[in-house]
Amino acid sequence: MSVNGSQRVDLEVVANLIPPQSRVLDVGSGDGSLLELLQETKQVDGRGLELSQRGVNECVARGLSVIQGDADKDLEFYPDKGFDFVVLSQTLQATRNPKLVLDELLRIGNRAIVSFPNFGHWRVRLSLFVKGRMPVTKDLPYSWYDTPNIHFCTIRDFVNLCEELGATVEKATALDANGQKIGLSMPWWFWNFFGQQAVFLLKR
Amino acid sequence: MAVLRAGKTNNEADQPSSPVLRFGPDKPLKLDAGTLLSPFQIAYRTYGTLNDARSNAILVCHALTGDQHVASTNPVTGKPGWWEVLIGPGKIIDTSRFFVICSNVIGGCLGSTGPASTNPATGKSYGLDLPVITIRDMVRAQQMLVDHFGIEKLFCVLGGSMGGMQVLQWASSYPERVFSALPIATGARHSSQNIAFHEVGRQAVMADPDWHGGKYFEHGKRPEKGLAVARMAAHITYLSEAALHRKFGRNLQDREALTFGFDADFQIESYLRHQGMTFVDRFDANSYLYMTRSMDYFDLAADHGGRLADAFAGTKTRFCLVSFTSDWLFPTEESRSIVHALNAAGASVSFVEIETDRGHDAFLLDEPELFAAINGFIGSAARARGLGV
Repeated sequence: MSVNGSQRVDLEVVANLIPPQSRVLDVGSGDGSLLELLQETKQVDGRGLELSQRGVNECVARGLSVIQGDADKDLEFYPDKGFDFVVLSQTLQATRNPKLVLDELLRIGNRAIVSFPNFGHWRVRLSLFVKGRMPVTKDLPYSWYDTPNIHFCTIRDFVNLCEELGATVEKATALDANGQKIGLSMPWWFWNFFGQQAVFLLKR
Repeated sequence: MAVLRAGKTNNEADQPSSPVLRFGPDKPLKLDAGTLLSPFQIAYRTYGTLNDARSNAILVCHALTGDQHVASTNPVTGKPGWWEVLIGPGKIIDTSRFFVICSNVIGGCLGSTGPASTNPATGKSYGLDLPVITIRDMVRAQQMLVDHFGIEKLFCVLGGSMGGMQVLQWASSYPERVFSALPIATGARHSSQNIAFHEVGRQAVMADPDWHGGKYFEHGKRPEKGLAVARMAAHITYLSEAALHRKFGRNLQDREALTFGFDADFQIESYLRHQGMTFVDRFDANSYLYMTRSMDYFDLAADHGGRLADAFAGTKTRFCLVSFTSDWLFPTEESRSIVHALNAAGASVSFVEIETDRGHDAFLLDEPELFAAINGFIGSAARARGLGV
């Protein structure tokens, strides 16, 4: 369910937020890169939920504990606070009901970590503003008609949704086009303009 | 080759060619039917060596018409073990590394106490005097076998179909004794459609005049026609329409044109007849009734107030479930509902659905994706159990 063309620079940022031996659920675990990274470097008790059967089979063959399932439908089967961390990495924009999914993440995990491509990035704005066309960038390589990304948001939009769901932002990081963290002292508008991806640590 | 012949009692039933563990009156088997079975015996095979810590044991549970000869030549058919593609030295389940145990289930006909065994009270075969056996009874007996080996915790319990039901029962009844569980192509209960197919099979057996109310050995007969028909009907459910069409289509059997009669004109007819005929050489008809009944009665959620998740509450066992896209006997939805229950119980669970047109029987075949999943799951469980890489 990884629907982003980049090198997934956010993975390490996510991994750095998770202390060793945590119980982690990775929603949209793709080929298992994050789970494997977390198991090797943090010895976590990791589980995954992945939409594509091919991804799941690959993960299980690599010894990861992953099931086939849909973030929109299957999160309801997990118990309250069953995990220390629930990670939704580059998947929120591909869900049918991002608000419900985020709500479920906050229910299942003591903390939720969400990373997503920022639709407020200047290149996206420029493409729409100058060309008048839906943006197709290196990181968002799909055309409007074949994109799995059906619910884009900007960093500001996401912060608003968190407020609406009563979630506290414990940490937030924006990454620029080169995968570098943007300085913490920068104001939200700056992140929203220059951040290509964002990683949020949430609690409720 | 000890082919079971009409008129003779089944020698493999009383004196199997595999090791047997006999339990005397001091160790009866408590049955769900409410009675005690005693004395009774379990026939089993083992492969590999149990390590000093007794931590490398894998219990394989066989399916409806399987037996203990999982990875070595079957003494009745002379054919290779039924899961030799998976289990053996250097195979995915490597017997140079793991100690593999497989026992004939209670109610079976290859050496564990079943309807073809001699009832010590009468000196004749049990026939239908044997109480109905449940999946839980089979597992209870297996547990006594595992005790015999001094194994506190099995590294893995695995099996497909009826074997998968036993795996689920093991994980539910004895969670502290199962480190990892691998139920394949199975369900937490038998569906109405599956019970229906089993009933057709049982009625075919019972309609055969040679069945004699289950006392056929006393009449020097065996209900071979009825059992063959039961097997033919069941065999269809193990395949898929696509696989049947791919293999047989409407091809004619050794003839150029239709004969306008009721011979086996079509290859599929000839194939099914062959399946039926070879089956009666290796299986006892009453045992078939008992095996099918045990599956029909299986309903793990019903044993836990209707909540399947409660069957696995607090489990520490690592699970991996596998289903096949073309399996219409135990469709993927059956496995998925188990996965959801395990999620709700907070269990560690993997779930793989494998794309194949080979139907339910795919679990017995050389399916690379199945093997990759088993390999990955067993490998990571072995690391977690400290069994090396």
